[in-house]
This record gives sequence, structure tokens and C-alpha cells, in this order.
Amino acid sequence: MSSYLELTARQRIPAMFDAGSFEEFLPPSARVASPHLAELDSPVSFDDGVVVGRGLLGGHTVFGAAQEGAFMGGAVGEVHGAKLAGMLRRAIDERAHAVLLLLESGGVRLHEANAGLIAVSEVMRAMLDVRAAGIPVVAVVGGANGCFGGMGIAARCANTVIMSEEGRLAMSGPEVIETANGVEEFDSRDRALVWRTTGGKHRYLMGDCQLLVADDTAAFRAAALDAIADLVQGEVGLTLEGLLAEQDMLARRLQDADGASEPMELWRRLGVSDPAGVPMLEADAFLALAARHRAGLQPAASGTGER
Amino acid sequence: METLQFRFGQGSRPLAGNAQLVGVVGSGNLEVLIEAVPLDGACEIEVHTAAVGFGATWGAVMEDFHARWSLADARISINDNGATPAVVSLRLDQAVESLISPAAPSTGGTP
Amino acid sequence: MDWQTLATQLFPGGHDIVERDNFLSGSAQVDGKRVAVIGTTGHVPIGIEIALAQATAILKTVQEHPGRPILILVDTQGQRLRHRDEMLGINSYMAHLGKCVDLARRKGHTVIGLVYDQALSGGFITSGLIASACYALPQATIRVMGLPAMARITKVPEERLTELARDNPVFAPGPENYLRMGGLHGIWEQNLAQELAQALAECSPEDRRMALGRERGGRMLAQPVADAVRAGGDVRAA
Repeated sequence: MSSYLELTARQRIPAMFDAGSFEEFLPPSARVASPHLAELDSPVSFDDGVVVGRGLLGGHTVFGAAQEGAFMGGAVGEVHGAKLAGMLRRAIDERAHAVLLLLESGGVRLHEANAGLIAVSEVMRAMLDVRAAGIPVVAVVGGANGCFGGMGIAARCANTVIMSEEGRLAMSGPEVIETANGVEEFDSRDRALVWRTTGGKHRYLMGDCQLLVADDTAAFRAAALDAIADLVQGEVGLTLEGLLAEQDMLARRLQDADGASEPMELWRRLGVSDPAGVPMLEADAFLALAARHRAGLQPAASGTGER
Repeated sequence: METLQFRFGQGSRPLAGNAQLVGVVGSGNLEVLIEAVPLDGACEIEVHTAAVGFGATWGAVMEDFHARWSLADARISINDNGATPAVVSLRLDQAVESLISPAAPSTGGTP
Repeated sequence: MDWQTLATQLFPGGHDIVERDNFLSGSAQVDGKRVAVIGTTGHVPIGIEIALAQATAILKTVQEHPGRPILILVDTQGQRLRHRDEMLGINSYMAHLGKCVDLARRKGHTVIGLVYDQALSGGFITSGLIASACYALPQATIRVMGLPAMARITKVPEERLTELARDNPVFAPGPENYLRMGGLHGIWEQNLAQELAQALAECSPEDRRMALGRERGGRMLAQPVADAVRAGGDVRAA
């Protein structure tokens, strides 16, 4: 077992792609760094915190990116976002088999404010363009910093989200919520609550994560291969039917959550008999339990890219 | 932010291979980009650091580094976010080893 | 400007927009054609309910009125900051809204965003910013985050951020900066009805915001970097 969480972005790429197959676009030696960070006395990085390129995955040409959570929290600035958008557009140009995004990000890089916000928006548009071109997009969320903000939204623009229990996927971080509305609203130091609210197991049970794996690079790689093999058989672009099914799921989720303020209550309503025991379950036991109860799209929505 | 430059002439050990990057620019950490570049046998090192006023310390670290490796025709570029001298030395050594070691991949990286 | 006054100026031909819990919906007459209108008011925080309401209205338009243009009126203080919204996956509700807007666009509906008062980050990244084009009124404020919160998260002193917000386009909250950076296609100063009609006529399916940012001098690296990655060359900044 080799932890995915503990790896840097640069180490995750060779762990996910076929050995020696990855070619990086605009590598660090090009020294294309942020033009804005110096203004705030903040150090730059030669790759602006993201590796983008193209490699083989199971022998097929797959374009990919890995965000470095240790640099500026993996947050998206002008250059970082442009590298992602450029890679996504190139994936369309070269008719990639799939796109694989290893996401670890706080969202918009506040140090680049307006430029970061527009950049994230361009990344979302480009992801949807890739899907419209018939190319599946798979997002992996398994890093220590999670995937938040605008990137938390972008992750759900992918066809499939793969997470580990350790991964977190959300919009606003618990500290931001606590600062805005108090510790009673969200105690950011209550780690168990944070993971019940935003972690992989919860997202998997609620239907926002389609594949959950152990924190192991081999498991993540296998899941990515499976996800892509599955997706290429159907429609990966947005469809009215797919979005109606997703809207239905989200409306039902809202209804079923009436009066519930604790994630364990939501799991109980899904039919889980021992919600308190969920965080302790090992991966296999959890997946077996989840198979019986997890929410998702109704069966009528088969054959669409929306999961 | 501060930028420091060092140059050591007449190195004896040349490098070969693609540019390598080690480390990440996280708090207390740094990234080191190392490239084989024709420099008349010299080793040039440029440091961009968030920690200002430690020129003498950096100088000492670089002197030790050059004494250890005596690189020729090497360009080293550093983005530093407050790493200690011990961590800097470690990363520099990792950077050199990434180029000297025969199986260095083109996008490797050590935390 | 309150939404009723805005609607009167935008739609001299009449409209049937209603407001419910700060959610606007309805339709209006523009240049002899019917346009669907959805939006928010009262600087409302975008929570899961209002995100879903907007998405529902968009898909309804796609189903019932093929090709009908859609105008999104934006006034929000950003995403709602509550545990419950995170628990239920507000990122998914926002992504869903963005996907609905994107689908509408691809199905031939021109979608125009108009920031008429406030727009913050998460509150408009999947509405105004994913539309075919986004515009703003001159008195609008568009920002990523309030300065005190930004200071806490970045650890940059609030005084420094305030200074930067005064004259650095990356930080300043005015629509002129977003225009210069390519985030907005234009600012509507005078005849709003005419501006809207023109915007509806002018729409392009491609995301040209990087190119606009470069042309206007507000965002110089994004386009060259994306081009270099796409073509496998070097970054050739202007």
C-alpha cells in the first residue's frame, strides 16, 4: 500500500499514469511563474503549483493535471488556471481518450483575487467543452487539503469523482464558515464533524462521489481506469435527460433532509442502521454497506454522463 | 522578497540529462530546479527567498554545497519559503542526485 | 438600483417577473422577442435552495421554450456560509446550475449575465460567469471576498489589501477591472434596453475572455500561457 495523500503532485502523476509515459507541458524549466505574487511578498513556484501534460493510461492517451496542495493551498491563480485551460483545449484538439484531473485546491487564489476567479471560471467552461467533445473527464480528490471553493464546483463538472475517505470535497472551508457565523454554526476544530460533512464517505453515500477507494495509489489508478472504461461506452456530454435526473436527485436530497442538521441523521434516513459506526468502517465493509443504501440517480437515467 | 546570486567557477563534475525539480514551495520548504547549462565550467545559483536578510547564511550553505559537489556547467534556481539551512542543503543534494542517478524520470520530485 | 427599476429600464416592452424569497423569475419582451429572466436580489446569499430554483427555471426554459434567450440578473453577497449547505453539497448544486446554463447555451439559448448590484465569487461563478457573456452596471461591485476575511485567510494585513484594492486591478472590486481583465464583456451605462438587445445579437459560442483580457491589457499572461500549453511552444508575452 502506497499512500496517495502523502505524495506531491509531481509524484502522483507517475503513480497514476503508465510508467514513463507522461510528458509535461510547459515544465518548470520554462519558469512561467505568477506575475502577481511578488506584490504580496509571496514566493513563486516554477510551475505555479500545477503539473499539466499528456500520458498513457492503460495504453490510451489521456491528458491530465495534478495540483500541488503544498503551494498556496493548490489555489488557482492566473498562470495555474491558464495551464489547466490550455491542457483541456489541447485535449480536444488532439482527441484525447480521457482527461484525468488530480485535484487538491482551496479554489480561487485570493492573492490573485479577480484574476483567479476568472481563471477558475475558464477552467469550468473548458472542462464542459471537453465533455461536449465526447471526451470523459474524471476528477480525483484524495489530497490532504481537499478540493474546495471554485474547484469544489469544478470537480462536480467532471463525469466522475473518485475520492478516498481522507479526501474532502466542498465549497466553503469550515474555518471560513466558523469565522462568518460562529463556532456553533460549524466548529472547524471538530475533525470528525468536518469529515462527516465534507469527507469521501459522506459524499459517496449522498451520491456526489461515484467511486470511493482506500488511500492507495494502486487503488486510485485502478479506479481511474475503470471509470474511464465505463464512461467511454456512453454519452459523456451534458444532456437534458442527464441534467433532469441530476436535478431530481438534488431536489429529493433537499426534501429528504428536511429538519436534519447532522450528517449521521441523513445516513440514518438513507437506511443505515448504525450511522455512528460509519466513520470506523474499513473500506470494503463500508462499500458493502453503501451499496445497499447510498443515494444516486434513479435507474431511469441510465446511459447518460451525469452520475 | 530577496534575490541572491552565487557563482562558483572551475567546477569539476558536469551533469547530464533533462532539467529536474525537487521540493515544493510550501511553508518551511523550497523547490530547486537544476539544469545542465554551458557556463564555462561554472555553477550558477540564483535564490528567490521570502526570508530577507539571511545572505550570509545562504552564502555559507552554498560554499558547503560547492565543496561537496564542485559542479561544472550547472544552473540551479531556487524558490524558497523560509526553509532552514539543513533543509536547503538536503534539497540541493537531492537535486544533484536526481540528475546524477541514471533512472531520473523527467517529471520526478521529492517532497 | 432595485430590481423593479432595473426591469422597467431593461424592458420597456413589458415583463412578468416576480420575486419570491429573493429569487426572480419570469419573462420579458425584448426587441419583439420573448426572453426568460431569472435572478437574485436583496444581496441574497446563494444557498442550495436558490441555486436549485435557478437551475430548475433554466431547464424549464430549455424544455418549454427552445432557443429562447435567458437573462440572469445577479445581486448576491456570495455563497451562503452555513454548515447545512456544505453538508448537502452546495458545490454540487452550484455545479448543477452551471451545467444547466452550459446546456442551455449549447442548445442555442443565448445566456446573458448582468450584475446589477453585488456579485461575490461563489455567488456568480456558476451563473454570470458561465453565461455566454456577462455584463455589469457601472455602480456594481464585483469581488472575490470581503477584505477582512481575505486578510484572515491570506495572512496579508487588511491595510495592505485595502491599499491594493484601491488601484491594483487584480484586487480592486470595480466592474472596470473585470472588464479590463476580460471577465466582463461590457458595462451598460445608458440605454439598458438597447444594450441588452445588442448583447443578445452579438453573442459568440467561444470563451474569448482570455483574449479579451490580453487585448484590454488587464490579464497579460493567461492567453499566452494557454496558447503555449496548447501548441507546445514557449510563452510569448506581448
